[in-house]
Amino acid sequence: MKTIAKLMASAALCTASMAHAGELEVTHWWTSGGEAAAVAEFAKAFDATGNTWVDGAIAGSGGTARPIIISRILGGDPMGATQLNHGRQAEELIEAGLMTDLTEVAEAEGWKDLVNPSSLLDACTFEGRIYCVPVNIHSWQWIWLSHDAFAKIDTPVPADWNEFAAAAPKLEEAGIVPLAMGQQGWQQNGAFGVMTIAIAGLDAWRKVVVDKDADTARGPEYAAVFEAAVDARTFAANSNVQDWNLATNMVITGKAGAQIMGDWAQGEFQIAGQVAGEDYTCLPGLGVNEILDTGGDAFYFPVIDDEDTKAAQMALASTLISPEVQVAFNLKKGSLPVRGDVDLTAANDCMQKGLDILDAGGIMPSGDMNLTADTQTQIEDLMAEFWTSDMSATDAQERYADIIASAD
Amino acid sequence: MSSSSNARKPSGLFRNLSAKIASVPMVLTALVVFVGGTAWTVLYSFTSSKLLPKTNFVGLDQYERLWSTRRWLISIENLAVYGFFSMIFTLVIGFTLAALLDRKIRGENVFRTIFLYPFALSFVVTGLAWQWILNPDLGVQSVVRSLGWESFTFNPLNDPDIVIYGILIAGLWQGTGLIMVIMLAGLRGIDEDIWKAARVDGIGTVKTYIRVIIPMMRPVFVTALVLIASGIIKIYDLVVAQTNGGPGIASEVPAKYVINYMFRAQNLGQGFAASTMMLVSVIVILIPWAYLEFGGKKRG
Repeated sequence: MKTIAKLMASAALCTASMAHAGELEVTHWWTSGGEAAAVAEFAKAFDATGNTWVDGAIAGSGGTARPIIISRILGGDPMGATQLNHGRQAEELIEAGLMTDLTEVAEAEGWKDLVNPSSLLDACTFEGRIYCVPVNIHSWQWIWLSHDAFAKIDTPVPADWNEFAAAAPKLEEAGIVPLAMGQQGWQQNGAFGVMTIAIAGLDAWRKVVVDKDADTARGPEYAAVFEAAVDARTFAANSNVQDWNLATNMVITGKAGAQIMGDWAQGEFQIAGQVAGEDYTCLPGLGVNEILDTGGDAFYFPVIDDEDTKAAQMALASTLISPEVQVAFNLKKGSLPVRGDVDLTAANDCMQKGLDILDAGGIMPSGDMNLTADTQTQIEDLMAEFWTSDMSATDAQERYADIIASAD
Repeated sequence: MSSSSNARKPSGLFRNLSAKIASVPMVLTALVVFVGGTAWTVLYSFTSSKLLPKTNFVGLDQYERLWSTRRWLISIENLAVYGFFSMIFTLVIGFTLAALLDRKIRGENVFRTIFLYPFALSFVVTGLAWQWILNPDLGVQSVVRSLGWESFTFNPLNDPDIVIYGILIAGLWQGTGLIMVIMLAGLRGIDEDIWKAARVDGIGTVKTYIRVIIPMMRPVFVTALVLIASGIIKIYDLVVAQTNGGPGIASEVPAKYVINYMFRAQNLGQGFAASTMMLVSVIVILIPWAYLEFGGKKRG
């Protein structure tokens, strides 16, 4: 009997290793220079496991790529694996049984213990099962300040939002746009989110975004946020650019004093050859409330009824989260790794600040994880209107509260 | 069909059988894809479907939400403004150009080609080109300023109040050429003798056009009207390319709302409700027109 069991076990091992030679099409929307270099690290590591990475990059941002990806999965032509922002975007696909359950791999490798912050894995979990692999952490809560601009008005570089607001009229007089802001809904919405955390604080934010409490959204904490947003709108009045990287470029060239933008802006400063702390300063949480959200990207694996493909999917899942790949990928991407046990000595000043905050536990779940795409689109529409009109703070607050009240 | 009096022939159902069989696929396509798809969309607009269609009916909730959404109201207002001016200017400019070309001018072919050429460009190209032309730092404003009028300001695409007119200009530039060609074909169909008779009676050229020629060109105008109207209702790509709905949400249009809510916001119910409203608005315009057009003929 023992021999038979051994034989069977070895046969099982053989089939397992045979099945490894799978080919997987992987869709994602990382197409800019730095992003493509980062994805190449994934592909290299995956090919090294004996499988083949078939790159399915979709040009355009997530807004363009996501509908294409989702319609392919719904239309019965699923790819082997795909990038999505984890959170509620894939909720219904999981519910409909279109996504592969990764719980076995996750338990075997102990993801629960090594993913830091654990909220990342929670966002991948649906009814106790794990459906995606988080690969990086991006946070929105940064303001980037140009040293050149503040040198021109003989003012020390501000250490928080209030100092910045006080210095803004002087910048304006010197012909510098105080706050660079791309005229697109998601940027304005993001900047507003950052100001919420910094000004209203985490508790009020949690009540509104996590518990959908419209009364808090009508309350005094949020009133202060909308007042500050009206100020920011005045500061950004002369910022006539559309794309976020053009706005970042205004800060790099000293045409603007500051920009509120996520940590992906760092790549632009790096490409321009600027050094953190010398040419520009980054302040997490606007220097007021040092908390980072933990949004980011994750990979999902649509269900494909084929053993080889399934084995390749599992191999990719464990490759993506392995320590070496995490380091190689995140250094190129400029984002933070999802596991706390890797060494990032090559990280620059700003990334180091981010890592310290993560270590200290100054984290919060991202909006993606709590609001549906529907609610987010409504808030983005409101923000787009608010930032380009002279809507008063109280009107905007009332309408914001209405959206929260009807959110699901 | 009913005029047949031959008793031995089978009923009308089996006459021209091969032709009827041949048209079955088209009839099925029309019924299943167009009528069926429309009915399905309307039905699901009463549900709370999100990313996937589901049949949990919520009554008129989606419509209530739709009509209390600022973005939808702005979209409708924009469509009304764009539609009204686009209809008038396309017809007036198209007819005027056609009438001028019809005066047996030299180089007619050259002008006709020039006026029709924009129609060969897609809306995406048109939108991008006009985005640059109307850009204050590159286009019209900077050219006029470099000519010496330093205070000249023409910046429609960054002004929420007039951005829709910036789009209207691009739409007219693209669309009038086709209408001109259709009008020209209509004018060429007018008998020379009409002109001779008008001249004998001593009627002026402009008056002849307005009182005699235009009434005679009624079918041509109906064709032009249908073409323009369908172009107005489906306007989407021009806006996406030129302003992407901006600044803010000042140049949003209904079709963009539908696409955004169906795919980006993953809220099918809301998108279906919006597209149903678009269908209703088309029907509201079509039915009185069809009644006048076809109902009138029977009586006459």
